[in-house]
Amino acid sequence: MRAAARWGRAVRWYLRELTGEAEYDRHCERHRRRHPGVPVPTRREYEVLRAVRREGRPEGRCC
Amino acid sequence: MPTSVLPETGRPVPEKSRMSPRSILLWAAVALLGAVAWGVLALARGERISAVWLVVAALGSYAIAYRFYSRFIARRVLRPDDSRATPAERLEDGVDFHPTDRRVLLGHHFAAIAGAGPLVGPVLAAQMGYLPGTLWIVAGVIFAGAVQDMVVLFLSMRRDGKSLGQMAREEIGRAGGTAALIAVFAIMIILLGVLALVVVNALAHSPWGTFSVAMTVPIALFMGFWLHRIRPGRVVETSLIGVALLLLAIAGGSWVQNSSLAGAFTLSPTTLVFCLIGYGFVASVLPVWMLLAPRDYLSTFMKIGTIALLAVGVVFAAPVLRADAVSDFATSGTGPVFAGSLFPFLFITIACGALSGFHALVASGTTPKLIQKESQVRLIGYGAMLMESFVAIMALIAAATLEPGLYYAMNAPAGLLGTTAQSASHAVAGLGFTISPDQLTQAARAVEEQTLIARSGGAPTLAVGMSEIFSGIFGGTALKAFWYHFAIMFEALFILTTVDAGTRVGRFMLQDMLGNLWKPIGRVNWKPGIWLCSGLVVAAWGYFLHSGATDPLGGINQLFPLFGIANQLLAAIALAVCTTVLIKSGRLRWAWVTGAPLAWVVAITFTAGWQKIFSDDTKVGFFAQRTRYADALDAGQVLPPAKTLDDMHTVVTNSTVDGVLIALFLLLVAVVMGNAAVVCVRAVRAPGGLPLTEAPYVESRIAAAPEPAEPLAKART
Repeated sequence: MRAAARWGRAVRWYLRELTGEAEYDRHCERHRRRHPGVPVPTRREYEVLRAVRREGRPEGRCC
Repeated sequence: MPTSVLPETGRPVPEKSRMSPRSILLWAAVALLGAVAWGVLALARGERISAVWLVVAALGSYAIAYRFYSRFIARRVLRPDDSRATPAERLEDGVDFHPTDRRVLLGHHFAAIAGAGPLVGPVLAAQMGYLPGTLWIVAGVIFAGAVQDMVVLFLSMRRDGKSLGQMAREEIGRAGGTAALIAVFAIMIILLGVLALVVVNALAHSPWGTFSVAMTVPIALFMGFWLHRIRPGRVVETSLIGVALLLLAIAGGSWVQNSSLAGAFTLSPTTLVFCLIGYGFVASVLPVWMLLAPRDYLSTFMKIGTIALLAVGVVFAAPVLRADAVSDFATSGTGPVFAGSLFPFLFITIACGALSGFHALVASGTTPKLIQKESQVRLIGYGAMLMESFVAIMALIAAATLEPGLYYAMNAPAGLLGTTAQSASHAVAGLGFTISPDQLTQAARAVEEQTLIARSGGAPTLAVGMSEIFSGIFGGTALKAFWYHFAIMFEALFILTTVDAGTRVGRFMLQDMLGNLWKPIGRVNWKPGIWLCSGLVVAAWGYFLHSGATDPLGGINQLFPLFGIANQLLAAIALAVCTTVLIKSGRLRWAWVTGAPLAWVVAITFTAGWQKIFSDDTKVGFFAQRTRYADALDAGQVLPPAKTLDDMHTVVTNSTVDGVLIALFLLLVAVVMGNAAVVCVRAVRAPGGLPLTEAPYVESRIAAAPEPAEPLAKART
């Protein structure tokens, strides 16, 4: 049972990292470290920022 | 340091000069197993053997290659230094550069390099039998493909993630760099055109397939709005919803096919071409979050899921290989799927999975900016390519398990097969294989398609093979049609993602190039510039797509060699850059590591290109073909498989364009090679080598073998 939970957590961690969902947490952590006292952006604000960034950096997909 | 909850995978063996007895025993067993499997493949003549032997032979070889050859390359040739900070660490900005866990990056890199290519080439190459293809896929990846990916990744990482074009310019020279840049753009256009053609051939006259693939657009749009507006950033949950909707769309296709809507989704190849062109344009000008990003998530999930499913399927169903080990077409060169002899055309047809130049673009793009430690290029560069190679092996298995009669009825050009079951059965008999008209109708009915005749392009063949394998395990014959359309959808999804992303990349390249001539067009936020460049890119690949879909000689038959040559020429450019850098940095002794595959790929591409231009055989040489049809046209004759004078004109135009294009590619690559050779000679003569453009050494502050961060148990809401 505990092993299953461990695996479940591992899979969740992997998928979140792979899809970039965890990027927001990393961004907040960085933000707090570099600009203590300034409130972190909300998830929504961050996603808008991320979408704008993606616009300028097309990622090639191979055949 | 936080400990990992993840089970360790592919952890590098501790660096020791002597192997422990246990490890010697283990690797001897792996070697033995692989050798036995190769032995079975080599000795099987005439009798049918299980596909599991192919899997064992490939996996055994990959394991040995990864453990020994990639380690040799790392230790002796590249000499990565884990005390040196990678660009991800030095330039960390949380956006482009940030040190990423190696297993996550492996997944990322694999998703970026593997697409429809390794699924299509091996299926077409099965006309020469399963053995030549298997040998090339396995040997090619070990000594060429994975080496290229790993070395390019390493070089780009040492140069802060510079692109292949930039590296060619800086390490080889201005002429070589410019030629490389133009070649990259031209090659990408061909690639997009041919891949889109695969989709058209798979969806033509198939309401089920067309409906389910069309549904991916609203599904992706829904996901986009969900992710952007309703639940920002919840990618995993959104992707799961998307995959569920996708499966529903496949199941719904069956209903649509039998309803009054069927007519609306039964489209001719030409209509599909225009749909795809329109889609490609819209997708490339819409904001990324709306369509491209969600489609990419869907595609990644489906990719990893289906490939895992296929691996399980092949092992559990253990299908029997029905194709010949080496067919007569391997030696005669008169195969109906693609013309030409084994050397060089097998090596052109199977590019992705063995050696794919396109990977050099990915390996010099996003991935090098995310590597945590230099030594990880081995896992990510070499390892991911081995995984792609395994996908190619599975595609080959799926094709080789089909009855050869059915394989040829599906893959020979329409002009040869005609349109009825009788004519196709007759044509297949003429090729030396048998399939009765009844069996052919039966096979189409089993997957609920109107016809399987002349469904070239690889996707339908793979889908039939996959449906056989899957229905053997899950669901039996009742689900065969579902699995067939599942496989079609899965390939179409990859390809459309590649088309979206490729058009966008192409647009940026074009804006960049044209921006040098006229400033405003280079601005990435000037709408008319974006529309113009997107339109130009779409028109360029759309031209090849249209000419392929309407080519009387069979578009895949004509264009696939062009695609293969283009892809392999890109590999030649990448390997030339690698070899030049090795020689410039005083590693002449090890230059053969990339130099030998370079020599090989130059030999195959230039031989193939030469034959495509100068061969007298009208099936191989584009200009011989052109002359034959032009002469007939002057005499007012119509040569089969053309049916009208218009068809004749089409053949003449297409063969001219294709021939000129190959000549142009060869010329561009010859410029790169010539320039690289000059630099290499200069480097050998110069005492101590020539200066490189590597970023200077900065000491790393991250621990040598960092574990991934603890999964965020209390993720923020």
